[in-house]
Amino acid sequence: MKADEKFTYETWPAAPEKQTLEGKNKFLGFWLFLGGETVLFATLFATYLALKDSVPNSEMALAKDLFEIPLVFIMTMLLLTSSLTSVYAMYHMKNFNFKKMQLWLGVTVLLGAAFLGFEVYEFNHYVHEFEHTFTSSAFGTAFYTLVGFHGGHVAFGLLWFITLMVRNRKRGLDLYTAPKFYVASLYWHFIDVVWVFIFTVVYLMGMVG
Amino acid sequence: MSTYAQKKGFGATIWDYLTTVDHKKIAILYLIAGGFFFIVGGLEAMFIRIQLAIPANDFLSAGLYNEILTMHGTTMIFLAAMPLIFAFMNAVMPLQIGARDVAFPFLNSLGFWLFFFGGVFLNLSWFLGGAPDAGWTSYASLSLASEGHGIDFYVLGLQISGAGTLIGGINFLVTIINMRAPGMTYMRMPLFTWSTFVTSALILFAFPPLTVALFMMLFDRLFGGNFFDPLMGGNTIIWEHLFWIFGHPEVYILVLPAFGIFSEIFAIFSRKRLFGYSSMVFATVLIGFLGFMVWAHHMFTTGLGPIANAIFSVATMAIAVPTGIKIFNWLFTMWGGSITFTTPMLYAIAFIPTFTMGGVTGIMLASAAQDYQYHDSYFVVAHFHYVIVGGVVFALLAGLHLYWPKMFGTMLSEKLGKITFWLFVIGFHLTFFIQHFLGLMGMPRRIFTFNKGQGFDAANMVSTVGAFFMAVATVVLLINVIVTIVKNERIGNDPWGDGRTLEWAIPSPPPFYNFKQLPLVRGLDAYWIEKMDGKTEMTPAEPIGDIHMPNNSFIPFVISLGLFIAAFGAMYHGNHAWGIPVLIIGMLITFGSMFVRSVKDDHGYHIHKEELMDDDKGGKA
Repeated sequence: MKADEKFTYETWPAAPEKQTLEGKNKFLGFWLFLGGETVLFATLFATYLALKDSVPNSEMALAKDLFEIPLVFIMTMLLLTSSLTSVYAMYHMKNFNFKKMQLWLGVTVLLGAAFLGFEVYEFNHYVHEFEHTFTSSAFGTAFYTLVGFHGGHVAFGLLWFITLMVRNRKRGLDLYTAPKFYVASLYWHFIDVVWVFIFTVVYLMGMVG
Repeated sequence: MSTYAQKKGFGATIWDYLTTVDHKKIAILYLIAGGFFFIVGGLEAMFIRIQLAIPANDFLSAGLYNEILTMHGTTMIFLAAMPLIFAFMNAVMPLQIGARDVAFPFLNSLGFWLFFFGGVFLNLSWFLGGAPDAGWTSYASLSLASEGHGIDFYVLGLQISGAGTLIGGINFLVTIINMRAPGMTYMRMPLFTWSTFVTSALILFAFPPLTVALFMMLFDRLFGGNFFDPLMGGNTIIWEHLFWIFGHPEVYILVLPAFGIFSEIFAIFSRKRLFGYSSMVFATVLIGFLGFMVWAHHMFTTGLGPIANAIFSVATMAIAVPTGIKIFNWLFTMWGGSITFTTPMLYAIAFIPTFTMGGVTGIMLASAAQDYQYHDSYFVVAHFHYVIVGGVVFALLAGLHLYWPKMFGTMLSEKLGKITFWLFVIGFHLTFFIQHFLGLMGMPRRIFTFNKGQGFDAANMVSTVGAFFMAVATVVLLINVIVTIVKNERIGNDPWGDGRTLEWAIPSPPPFYNFKQLPLVRGLDAYWIEKMDGKTEMTPAEPIGDIHMPNNSFIPFVISLGLFIAAFGAMYHGNHAWGIPVLIIGMLITFGSMFVRSVKDDHGYHIHKEELMDDDKGGKA
């Protein structure tokens, strides 16, 4: 079976992302990579918790002074919804409906970009209203590193989705492109899961002191 | 004669190696680069021993000594031992499971070039204002106080080469899970493949903490971060934890493949099935698991408190159990076997008492209360050289002799090999045995000199003499390699005569597609089973058909080069205006070439059935 063979709705396999050996390898390799990423974020979380509210003098802003629920709630909703829309995209991928897949991926990208916009606003807000910067304290360094690493992942994910959508806009789905879309959506879910932890550990636990 | 085996010019050969995605060629690249860094690290060791040969020596200044000491450790662990292990994993593991290549040939090449550029970057520090000087562990308070760019070279160089290692680990895991030949169940995999598997899992979970720790150090030193600065609310102990959460699994990353190589050697040269195969697999997995539970035994004197120390102490001692299982299994493999004392076997036999001694001092150090006595003394130096040289380096030398014929199609001289062995083993014990006593007598590690009349003079001289034995052994090894290459006497599939696993069933070196037809594996030691049935080759599991192969690519080289350039920008952005632009240009090269890789289709090519049938080289299966 050639990777670039043409398919129809009837001949499209149930799990196109794992149909070829290359696809299977990609699928497994990416899951393993996410395992490594989990440890990476776990390390960042541990460091953040160790350095939370650790500031050089008592006048500096602490977590409970900085965070406000409405903003992060909106961000959380945007990112969770984008995960849902990427599931829709994969649903259409499995049904060999390229147009609808592209559409839902587009929605995912828009939601992700909106999330990123809010994050930029949020950081800007902390820097200018509270003088809470990357260099102002160990707390600041740990906060911006953890949340910034996540933001960097979001940005990379967006570029990845856009590259895939533009590159494949004309040729559609086959067993060569299907694993690419699938793996990108896995990455997107992972980013979403990490955010759930950031929302809980950084923001909710930060609010209660 | 196949069309694929044409003679090539020198330039074409270089280009071929720069772009290759073939696991066997990447193995050779790892072997050359790792061998080069091994010699660099060895020279650094010689400088250390010359400086310490006599009291109050002024061969090296204190500052230069710190740099050499740091680079010796860093080079040996990251740039010599790991790549040499990767060389054997790449050369042998795909053959052992009956695969035509690794799962991600492109990433395999990327992993090598990342390691290579990281290693070169780190070593350029010698010429650009001084090497790192805070020890290979680079504890944060020392590192942050270190002037110049030495530590920045350490951080950025290890970051780049660490990424390569992580990629390699994932690649091997997927290869072993997805690409085993028909009949090759998990419990039929050779022990070296098993140890590659467990090691790769350790790499996957141990390297991300190092990545994060290096990022933190990078941010603190170059971008105004405060992770480790207590005045800004930071905590210097975080580095210690993260470094050792990586660092302890790292020693198992090094030693498990060594165990794997020795397990192959004991079985081959005792002409017996490995004793207790399933318990060996179990012990390997258990060591891998426990390896993550013991990092704080490097920090007993940090002051974590008696409860933490007790827990980590007991967990550490527990590792002696699976390791003991292995030692006894090797002994029982030899028991009643018909042993031939080839060079690899000599190393294997010397390994058992040596490694056991290192293990016993390990148990001594694992006792937290005693550790306060041994801490930071030469006793520790003796201990870890017994496990790392006695375990890992012996295995690398043994593996080099064992697998040289498979990698190059020629045989290293047994005579010179045995000379190397005796010189190296005698030199090793001469150097390090006496260091146990130096440590117990109170000589601290990491000092650049000592005074007369402290009772350290004679022992240090003995140690230095031993080091020269090892240096001579290495020179003999190099002569051996050169002589072998010049003589170029070709050998057949199974030069040792008693090969048990799949790699010995195919030509040396194997054709670039490895197996013309994938072999059918009927049990543990698949090739041995066929031999016992009176056959000379494997039974094929499939008819001859087209073979899909990946295309060569120059992109891995460019991706790695981009990071190499970016690292200079990151390092000098505080001193020079061109720093940030160079950082951006480097990242653009890296991400740009990743983008090109992403949008340009690369389906590979097929070797057609007819060409395979003409190819007399491939042999069956």
